[in-house]
Amino acid sequence: MGHYQKSSTRSLNNGTAYLKMRKMSLVELVLFLFTLTSLVGLVLIFLFVIKESLPIFLKVGPLPFLFGSIWQPTAGKFGLLPLLLSSLILVAGSIILAGPLGVALAIFMVEYAPSYVRIGLKTLVELLAGIPSVVYGFFGIIVIIPLVRNVVGGSGFGLIPGILVLTVMIIPTVTAVAADAIRVVPKENRLIIFALGGTRWQSVYRGVLPAATRGIFTGIILAEGRAIGETMAVLMVLGNAPLLPRTLNQPASALPSQIALDMAYASGDHRTALFGIGLLLLIFSALFISLARRVARSAA
Amino acid sequence: MRRRVYDRIVQIILIAIASMMALFLIYLVGYIIGSGIRGFSFGFLTRAPSGITQTGGVWPMIASSMYLIGLTLLIAVPLGVGGGIYLAEYAGQGRIVETIRFAVDILSSVPSIVFGLFGLALFVQFFGLKYSMLSGALTLTLMVLPLLLKISEESFRAVPVTYREASLALGATKDQTIFRIILPTALPAVFTGVLLSAGRAFGETAAVLYTAGLSPTTPVFPLDGGRTLSTHLYLLATTGKIEESFKVAMVLLVVILVFNVLSNVVISRFRRRFIKEAR
Repeated sequence: MGHYQKSSTRSLNNGTAYLKMRKMSLVELVLFLFTLTSLVGLVLIFLFVIKESLPIFLKVGPLPFLFGSIWQPTAGKFGLLPLLLSSLILVAGSIILAGPLGVALAIFMVEYAPSYVRIGLKTLVELLAGIPSVVYGFFGIIVIIPLVRNVVGGSGFGLIPGILVLTVMIIPTVTAVAADAIRVVPKENRLIIFALGGTRWQSVYRGVLPAATRGIFTGIILAEGRAIGETMAVLMVLGNAPLLPRTLNQPASALPSQIALDMAYASGDHRTALFGIGLLLLIFSALFISLARRVARSAA
Repeated sequence: MRRRVYDRIVQIILIAIASMMALFLIYLVGYIIGSGIRGFSFGFLTRAPSGITQTGGVWPMIASSMYLIGLTLLIAVPLGVGGGIYLAEYAGQGRIVETIRFAVDILSSVPSIVFGLFGLALFVQFFGLKYSMLSGALTLTLMVLPLLLKISEESFRAVPVTYREASLALGATKDQTIFRIILPTALPAVFTGVLLSAGRAFGETAAVLYTAGLSPTTPVFPLDGGRTLSTHLYLLATTGKIEESFKVAMVLLVVILVFNVLSNVVISRFRRRFIKEAR
């Protein structure tokens, strides 16, 4: 989509390929190779994670590995179900909280707030997104866990603080994408409702949100992708006990945090199992981003 | 009028949510900085930690973080900005370019711990670079590349077509136009991408834990290992050294705040010049 090809191809009917071959200067070639590093990097990531995790799939079998209910590497038991369930609960819980909050914030930013408030909130969202996950984890340890301990009881570590910390961390993603989607809805969608005597909320609810639905869902899917891969903050508040989650108020362990926790000393099958978890995460995030792309594209 | 009441209620709820978020952020930042500043001295930044508790100073961690960011940017900026130029100025809509864009999207979604695993398998072990600044920087490069690519491409696209036409009309070649006209014009916006990448690299822990390592020493050569500030916070906070954690968390937050403010200032100047301020 260079601004040059448009004019140069116009004179030639179907000579684009020929034109490109001939015009590829050294500079262009070098820049193309630079661009290619992302693709090469991604392929390498997949290759290496697959290569390192293959032994565990062959040894334990894919289904027992994914759905086995006991994770006890020292006893040679590699079942991911406890971690998988905890991760799914974390994602579901945080998106249930962060989805409505993030979308509400986006609606308020774009449709209600005067410009100085809007700029303030935009800065706020960017800051929330920029705060390192270890800082969120630390905040979870010193503020959220004592709070959970006092309100719910128990040690305080577990899925509840995990969900709360994740919620804060993914709100920026939901809000940023949803705000973009709401912003591009044509002015007419609002004006029509106003012209019919509607209130502001009616203009948002009937005029804007239906047009922005796909964009909002894109944001939510991206946030889910972020939540499932989040490691450090979750690692610091979860209590790290790889047990099947029976209640929300018990120590648990999630897929990414288990990798970070065990990698320091893991060897042999244990190590390959951790790469197996890595492969699972890689597949999850690729699925989420493909879904988000598809939803976003069908909106256009 | 029921719907008027309804409208009011929704408005109040939205204001409540927005204020809640703002208060939360102020509380988080205020609490950490407020607690961290107690007993803080600049000696904390320039001393090495001592004793088995490894407390009392963070100089080696600051050095490791800066070393790692420097090295990462050294590799990632040419790749990311160069790639951004290619995508904005040269790339057509062929299959290869589409595949690359898809790959960049997926790369941007890869969890940081998976980058860490990959870095461990490829750079630390396969290439034998050990736990080192170089292993960490190569891993972080892949992690920040999508962000850099995206922001640079957008920056180049934001430069008005008239600039290109004027340059070409004066007889400049395409390469000259790109490097003498478009790159300098887009530079401030590209710079914000670099700042954001630096901020991400600075705060990242999971990807450097098993690539840059944990050793609390000051790195000198690229093959030296080192513990970053964020990794240090993780180790302190999970071993109950809360007072020391506050100080480290404060340093992390202040640096991130500075990065953020700086990139906002730069980008708003650039916007005022070229892009109609997005609402």
